[in-house]
Amino acid sequence: MLSIRNLSATVDATRILNGVDLQINAGEVHAIMGPNGAGKSTLGQVLAGRDGYTVTDDVTYDGADLLVLTPEARAAAGLFLAFQYPVEIPGVGNMYFLRTAVNAVRLARGLPEYGAVDFLALAKEHMARLDMDPSLLSRSVNAGFSGGEKKRNEILQMSMLEPRLAILDETDSGLDIDALRVVAEGVQALRSPDRAILIITHYPRLLGYVVPDQVHVLSGGRIVRSGNSGLALELEAEGYGPTFAGQSGGATSPSIPLDAVPTP
Amino acid sequence: MTDQLQELVEREYQYGFTTDLDTDVAPKGLTEAVVRLISAKNSEPAWLLEWRLGAFRHFLTLEEPTWPNVHHEPIDYQDMSYWAAPKAKGPAPKSLDEIDPEMREMFDKLGISLAEQERLSGIAVDAIIDSVSVATTFKARLAEVGVIFCSFSDAVRDYPELVRKYLESVVSPRDNFFATLNSAVFSDGSFCYVPAGVHCPMELSTYFRINAAETGQFERTLIVAEAGATVSYLEGCTAPMRDEHQLHAAVVELVAAEDSQIKYSTVQNWYPVDADGRGGIYNFVTKRGRCAGARSKISWTQVETGSAITWKYPSVILQGDDSVGEFSSVAVTTNYQQADTGTKMIHIGRNTTSTILSKGISAGHAQNTYRGLVKILRSATGARNYTQCDSLLIGPDCGAHTFPYVEVKNDSAQVEHEASTSKIDEDQLFYCRQRGLSAEDATSMIVNGFCREVFDELPMEYAVEAQALMRVSLEGSVG
Repeated sequence: MLSIRNLSATVDATRILNGVDLQINAGEVHAIMGPNGAGKSTLGQVLAGRDGYTVTDDVTYDGADLLVLTPEARAAAGLFLAFQYPVEIPGVGNMYFLRTAVNAVRLARGLPEYGAVDFLALAKEHMARLDMDPSLLSRSVNAGFSGGEKKRNEILQMSMLEPRLAILDETDSGLDIDALRVVAEGVQALRSPDRAILIITHYPRLLGYVVPDQVHVLSGGRIVRSGNSGLALELEAEGYGPTFAGQSGGATSPSIPLDAVPTP
Repeated sequence: MTDQLQELVEREYQYGFTTDLDTDVAPKGLTEAVVRLISAKNSEPAWLLEWRLGAFRHFLTLEEPTWPNVHHEPIDYQDMSYWAAPKAKGPAPKSLDEIDPEMREMFDKLGISLAEQERLSGIAVDAIIDSVSVATTFKARLAEVGVIFCSFSDAVRDYPELVRKYLESVVSPRDNFFATLNSAVFSDGSFCYVPAGVHCPMELSTYFRINAAETGQFERTLIVAEAGATVSYLEGCTAPMRDEHQLHAAVVELVAAEDSQIKYSTVQNWYPVDADGRGGIYNFVTKRGRCAGARSKISWTQVETGSAITWKYPSVILQGDDSVGEFSSVAVTTNYQQADTGTKMIHIGRNTTSTILSKGISAGHAQNTYRGLVKILRSATGARNYTQCDSLLIGPDCGAHTFPYVEVKNDSAQVEHEASTSKIDEDQLFYCRQRGLSAEDATSMIVNGFCREVFDELPMEYAVEAQALMRVSLEGSVG
């Protein structure tokens, strides 16, 4: 579904991504881990079409060039990014925002738009599953939300936008254990044979709930290690240290060819 | 800003059409003869002609003010006509059904229905083309409860004692350059009188349309609410697209007796300048209300999206004890538009309160200025003011300016001022687009959110219109 070949990204003359290769097939869940500043968030932003990066080389999504599309066209094509820091939009009702977004995406996908009444019912259903207070619908988008409320709001948007490729950028950070479980259930519910999920995280704890098919370590702007879900636990025990050591040798990337990684 | 938010290229002005009405136009130029002609056209009494001539003579001694933060070529006051009116075809229409179909069609095109039965929402409309009122709807129904709503010229004829009592009771003909000009040459306008204890049963509105070329519009509106009365009034304005600038210099006076309330809303969408800076209306307007009685309240709400230059400061004189003044404003400027707008709150009575909420939005090469005065006189013990002034910039070539003036002569007063200036947020824009909204929809949504508190002040149906208008105004302001 998503195929990234030798992706580089530069912002203000600083190279952040430096030759990322990644192949994600429909039905798979991949995790990207790595130390701070490795370029994890940048990868999510570049894939979603954030302005301001100079991006080279090709990324194909469903066989088409992803990088030429506007952010909204990528959203319509099913790409969703759960933000590490969800943005506040004062004066814009959360419900109105959600419905406008869902209907814009549905329209682009050739589906009928939801009417206000149907949509409200649907939103409330999703919110109940995420254990969200329905009054959040009448507040401004993320304005004054707690950290946990913001993250749940991201998952609410994700579940209603029905993406084909969901990228979760540190959605688990700053969540208490109950919120983490609710969020994890929301992600798990999205898992299906025609969808792919890319989880960007610091910590393996989310991966205990949503077990990934593959785990990649991003460091210095490239993927330096890939493995199955056991790699996450290994990293938890050992830290990212050996990975760095492998890189500091100055040689070219010790990245394992993706083909060589056994699929569980 | 990045290339997502490019300078505004061009935008469509929906109301820029011209209607081919057979029009009577006064010869160009500002002379005593023209003042007399206008007075004669309206069959005015001698006292009003004298009043006009007094203003005209005073005008000759004045110079155009230079203090506003706007720039334009000098206006040649002799190179425009001061009176224009669609020619009457036969005798004056006796009822709304007899109105010239072309005129009716023009208002239909503007979305203003002159047929009462079609107006389900029950809004009384006074429709003004160029210098004259062509129709006022729901007069009879309003008369049942004692509310007078008619054109200014009808009021001069039918209720001269009321006009005489309240004319210039808020804005003197010597108030300022443009008010003096208006006093000399004002043509039509709306008059509204709500007797004591009456709650006006419907929204009143005036729709101003400039149609004739090379003509100025100088209307005068007078609204009086007697003790305990309430009234909500709305004005809308549009004009055809033309390459030359046209002058609109109106005067609005509001008088509120004790325990009365006047709510005055404006959705101003005069033709703005085009992308190259050509044409557009010069909107130089004096609007002021007087809270004459105790516990009276005057609220100004304005959504200003049109005009090449806007120069207006809807103000409140808080004379009665415990009276309340409010000003809520959204001013949008794009292309080469300029706005210097704000308010004056003059606190005279005890425990008077005023609130100012101003939202300025600039895009393209526009310059947007908030100018506001809060004046607390020695007598105004316990007076309070709260001012909030927010500016939003879209693109790299526009400007926002704030000139707050505060004069306090009474130690017990509380005056608060908050101001912010922000650029439209790249993170917000990306967030919306990632969720599937186009850049344009996202901008419109963010800007509407920014203006939300002001839109909430508008009567419901106009709030919807204002949002739509905002959208049209900003169309093309993102790449």
